[in-house]
Amino acid sequence: MSEYLVQFNNISKFFGKVIALKDVTMKLKKGEIMCLLGDNGAGKSTLIKTLAGVHKPDEGEIIFEDKKIVFDSPRDALDIGIGTVYQDLALVSLMSVTRNFFMGREPQKGLPFFKTFDIEKANSIAAERMGQIGIDVRDPSQAVGTMSGGERQCLAISRAIYFGAKVLVLDEPTSALGVHQASMVLKYIVKAASQGLAVILITHNVHHAYPVGNSFTVLNRGKSMGTFQKKDISREKLLSMMAGGEELDKLEVELKEMDRIENN
Amino acid sequence: MSVKSESIQSKKDSGQDERLKKISPLRVLLNRPELGALGGSVLVFIFFGIVAGDTGMFSAYGTLNFLDVSANLGIIAIAAAMLMIGGEFDLSIGSMIGFAGICIAIPAIYWGWPLWTSIIFAFAMAVLIGYFNGIMVVKTGLPSFIVTLAMLFILRGATLAITRLITGRTQVPGLRVLIEDDPIAWLFATDTFQWLFTWLGSMKLIALRTDGTPLATGIPPSVIWFIALTLFATWILMKTRYGNWIFASGGDKVGATNVGVPVGRVKISLFIGTAVASTIFACIQVLDAGSADTMRGTLKELEAIAAAVVGGCLLTGGYGSAIGAALGAIIFGTVSMGIFYTDVDTDWFKVFLGAMMLIAVVFNNYIRKKVTETK
Repeated sequence: MSEYLVQFNNISKFFGKVIALKDVTMKLKKGEIMCLLGDNGAGKSTLIKTLAGVHKPDEGEIIFEDKKIVFDSPRDALDIGIGTVYQDLALVSLMSVTRNFFMGREPQKGLPFFKTFDIEKANSIAAERMGQIGIDVRDPSQAVGTMSGGERQCLAISRAIYFGAKVLVLDEPTSALGVHQASMVLKYIVKAASQGLAVILITHNVHHAYPVGNSFTVLNRGKSMGTFQKKDISREKLLSMMAGGEELDKLEVELKEMDRIENN
Repeated sequence: MSVKSESIQSKKDSGQDERLKKISPLRVLLNRPELGALGGSVLVFIFFGIVAGDTGMFSAYGTLNFLDVSANLGIIAIAAAMLMIGGEFDLSIGSMIGFAGICIAIPAIYWGWPLWTSIIFAFAMAVLIGYFNGIMVVKTGLPSFIVTLAMLFILRGATLAITRLITGRTQVPGLRVLIEDDPIAWLFATDTFQWLFTWLGSMKLIALRTDGTPLATGIPPSVIWFIALTLFATWILMKTRYGNWIFASGGDKVGATNVGVPVGRVKISLFIGTAVASTIFACIQVLDAGSADTMRGTLKELEAIAAAVVGGCLLTGGYGSAIGAALGAIIFGTVSMGIFYTDVDTDWFKVFLGAMMLIAVVFNNYIRKKVTETK
């Protein structure tokens, strides 16, 4: 048994001639929060979809609990315990909290052919789960549209955990939220990790990522610029790597060089 | 202070979640999509009760008359509503009615099939056409509006062309004699509770013909189908896993797919549902009239959608109810028949239909905002 719960080794993905991902490697232990940082177009969405089983990697391997895994569909990823919470959360705002919580996996009761959706059981589980996060669900049959952005995010995460996620992949969970709401979500993510889940937190907001992350992987133009432990890297360094700071440094040098040539 | 904590304590003791705020029954009702249609139907009945209360509209015969019209529309409106909740439209309902009609009539009259085989044949065709509509929408990602609009023309044209090719006419009469002793046809052609009406007639409680038989002979098959389908659809939507999938597929296709809802299968099954409901409509109509006509069902798709919308279905999907659609159909059926009992020229019916729909959409839109945006 290796120390890692899940390993993504040298993952590459091509779309025709376009290299969307090249040799991206990530390893996560139980209870670890790895932040995946990258600017727009860095390949974050492609990587998420590869982790979630939507895309098949063209190169590389996924090892989960020491077994090599091949996903044929998002369902496979869910079944082994990789729960992905997309940016759109997969919540229907006109449907109730309960109906959303169990969407696609409704508990049933009754005889075959006359099976009914066990709404009482579903209601009590949904209310209990939301209560554990400290979200005041006054009535689990209320529409999700009445909840705040942070509450919705927590609902989606809580749903993924309830349905057996061991690895949580979170796509920009704080991007649309205010400071207060974002900190509520981040707190919940830390709590989830402390219960033994591995969390991959995808974001472009270093200020949200740095306080909660144990390690940081920076993605730039489809390539990993390396994984860093928190003790080895500062917030400023991460920020400059993400924003292509090194490229800008190079540009500065080049411009100076041009100046020098012209002045001569 | 002490009073407050006491009340919380007492709620805890009674096993109730203290965070669960008591919700008034009015608030629960306001959250239901069929509220508008319920109010509308009450208003319609009050209106006709005042205007036409003494004209025989609400006699046994008159009541069954407008219930029959409502029920026929309701059968297709409920299927249309379920499809709308699932996020799609079916504009081929009306053409499917005409097509199903000749699918029953031509084999039975011209090819000598027993009536029951041609009825099964019509349903089989409906499943095929519904499946085709569904698979086209799901696989191509085209709007169902376009796909089923094409099907509207294809089916109507095929109905006309095939009928004229085989029969040389556009009508196929002569079905009535085949109904007797048929093992299936009675499902669509029998008035039920006849004993009740005979008894009521013998007690002189309802109007009689000159020969002493009651004017209203029994509950028409359309009403039985209508009630059964309303109950069935409501059960599916509210009480089953498949019902939750319908709401999810219409509410957010991508989200539903991401959590494992088989959105494609749900939508295809709903398209089959509208085609099958159109065929039930056609069976009842063809067996009642004793003939099939190539123009049967024209514009019925729009009436079905109108009834579903009045019943609280959102055009964007994910919200609505079968009971709402049923009430919408009752409103339209009642007004279309009731208008004969008033001094109003029947030409105004369509004006009413349009106005009613507009009011319903505005009202439902407002309610939906209330439901989802209040914290």
